[in-house]
Amino acid sequence: MKRLNSEVRLAYAFIAPAALVMAVITVYPLLFGIWMAFTNYNPTHIRGHLPRFVGLQNFIDILRHAPYLDFDFARVLGFNFLWTFANLIFHVTVGVGLALLLNQPGLKGVKLYRALLILPWAVPTYVTSLVWRNMFDPEAGAINLLLKQLAATFETWHERFAWMPDLGSAWTSLDWLGTMPSAFFAVLTVNIWLGFPFMMMVASGALQAIPSDLYEAADLDGANPLQRFLTVTVPMLRPAMIPAILLGFIWTFNNFNVIYFVTKGDPLGQTQILITQAYKLVDGGLYGVGAAFAVVIFFILLAISTVNSRLTRAVEENA
Amino acid sequence: MKRPHPVALGATHLTLILVSIFSVFPVLWVFSMALDPSSVARPTELNLIPKALSLEAFRQVIAHPTDIDGVSFWQLLGNSLLTSLGTTVFGIVLGASAAYAFSRCRFPGRRQGLMLFIVLQMFPAVCAMAPLYVLLSALHLRTSLIGLMIAYSAGTLPFAIWNLKGYFDTVPKDLEEAALIDGCTRGQTFWQIVLPLSAPAVAVTALFGFMSGWTEIILAWTMLEDPRTFTLSMALYGMVGQYATLKPWSQFAAMSIMLSLPVVVFMLFLQRYIVSGLTSGGVKG
Repeated sequence: MKRLNSEVRLAYAFIAPAALVMAVITVYPLLFGIWMAFTNYNPTHIRGHLPRFVGLQNFIDILRHAPYLDFDFARVLGFNFLWTFANLIFHVTVGVGLALLLNQPGLKGVKLYRALLILPWAVPTYVTSLVWRNMFDPEAGAINLLLKQLAATFETWHERFAWMPDLGSAWTSLDWLGTMPSAFFAVLTVNIWLGFPFMMMVASGALQAIPSDLYEAADLDGANPLQRFLTVTVPMLRPAMIPAILLGFIWTFNNFNVIYFVTKGDPLGQTQILITQAYKLVDGGLYGVGAAFAVVIFFILLAISTVNSRLTRAVEENA
Repeated sequence: MKRPHPVALGATHLTLILVSIFSVFPVLWVFSMALDPSSVARPTELNLIPKALSLEAFRQVIAHPTDIDGVSFWQLLGNSLLTSLGTTVFGIVLGASAAYAFSRCRFPGRRQGLMLFIVLQMFPAVCAMAPLYVLLSALHLRTSLIGLMIAYSAGTLPFAIWNLKGYFDTVPKDLEEAALIDGCTRGQTFWQIVLPLSAPAVAVTALFGFMSGWTEIILAWTMLEDPRTFTLSMALYGMVGQYATLKPWSQFAAMSIMLSLPVVVFMLFLQRYIVSGLTSGGVKG
C-alpha cells in the first residue's frame, strides 16, 4: 500500500508541469471563451470595462442569420462538410491508387517516384498555401500562364489543321479565386495536392506488411486479380486506413491554413469554413459572437468524434 | 505475385509520371522564380527551368526582408529560432515527463487524463484566439516571444504525450527494474534509461515542436506588435496579398525556400517515424 501511494504521488508530480501549462493556456481560455459567448465582449473590454451579459443572444444571432453578420451558418456548415468529403474522396482514392501502383513487383524507379510524390507533404502547409495563392493569380500566376501557352499551341494547330477547333483564349484569363465555383475547385486542388501523399504513405506501409503467402494462397485457390484484391488487399489495408481517414477527416474539417491563405473565404465568403469564419468574427472585434461560434464548433467536433470512435470500435470488432 | 503485363506497366509509369509532375510543379515554379537572374517582379511567362542561375533574389531578401525599417533578416531568423527551439524544449521536457507517468504508473484518473489531452487537442487553437488574447494581455505576455512559446508548447503537448507514451510502452521494463535495484531513483531511470532508448520518438516529437513554432503565423500575426519580435514566417506573409504591392515574387520565392528547406529535409528524413507516430497517436499534427 505504501509503494502504491508513492507511485501515485510520483505520477502526479511527473504530470503536474504539463497539466499546469494545459490548464492555463488551453483549459482556462476554453472556460473563459464559454463565458464570453454569453456576453457582448469586444476589444474595449480588455482593459477593465465589464461586458454586458446577453444570454443566448449571440447563439440566436448566429443560427438565425442576424443582419449584422455576413454569413449564413447553415450554408457555412454545409460547405464545411462538402469540403471535407470532397477532399477525403480524392486523398484516399489517389493515395491508395498510387500505393497500389508503386507496390507492383518489377516496377523500376519506385524510389524516385516515391520521393517526388511525398514532396507536397514535406513542405509546410502555410508556405504551400501562399505559393498556390500566387499560382492562381489571374495575370502572373503559373496556372493561367500555363493555359496561355496551351492556348498558343492550340492556336497554331488550328491554323495548320482545319479540323482542330478554335478554342479562343477566354479560358486563359480566368480569375480563379474571384468567382465561384472556380474558387472551390482551386482551393480543393491545393488541398488534394497537400493531402494525397499522407494517405499514400499509410497505404504503402500497410501494403508492404501483407505477407506474400496470402497472395500465393489466393492464387492456389484460383482467385482472379479482382478477387485477390477484394479478399486479400482490401481487408489487410483497412485496419491502417480507417484511423488515417478519421484523422484526415478532423484535419480537413478544421483546415484553417489552406482556406485562409488561399481564398480568405472569398469570393463573398462562399468558401468560408467554420473555423475561418470564427476567426473572421474575432478579427473583426466581435469577441462574444466569435466565442459563441467557437462553442458551436466544439459541439459539432464532439459529435463528429463520437461518431468516429463508434465507427472505429465497430471496425475493430468486425476485423 | 506475378509481374505485371508490359502494357499495364507502361500505363503505370504514365500515371506515376503525370501525378509526379502535378506534385513537383509548384516546387519547380518557386525554385525557377527564385533562381532566375532577371529577378522578376511578376512573371509574364511560365518558366519551370530558368535559363541561368543566380542567388540575387536571396541576397535581396536577406538585405531587405520587410518594408519595415530596422528589421534585419538575422533578427527575424533569431526570433524564429528562439521561438521554435523554446517550443521544442518546453514540449519535450513537459511532454516526456507526463508521458512517462502515463506509460509506467497506474494511478486514479490515468485513462481520463489521457482522454482529456485528446479532447482538448480537438478544440482548434484558432477558436481560443480571443480568450487567449485577453489572457496573455492580462499576464503582459501577449507581445513577447515567451507568451508565444508557451502558447505553441500547449498546442504541441497532446501530440508529444501520446507519441512518447506510445514509444515508452515498447521500452522493456526489465532494464529499469534492474537499475532501480542498483539504487537508481525513478527520475534517474527516466532520464538515463528510458529517454535515451526512445531517441526516435523524441526526435519526431522535437521536430513537431520545432515545426509548429517555425511555421506558425496566425497567432504570431495577431499577438505580436513590435517589429523587433517578428518572425521569418511573418515576413513571408508580408510579401503576399494586400501587404505586397512592391515585393518582387522572386524574393517571395526565395523566402519560401529558406523557410521550407529545413522542414522539408527533416520531414523526408523522418517520414517513417512521423507517419507511424501520427496514426498510432491518433492526434492532429
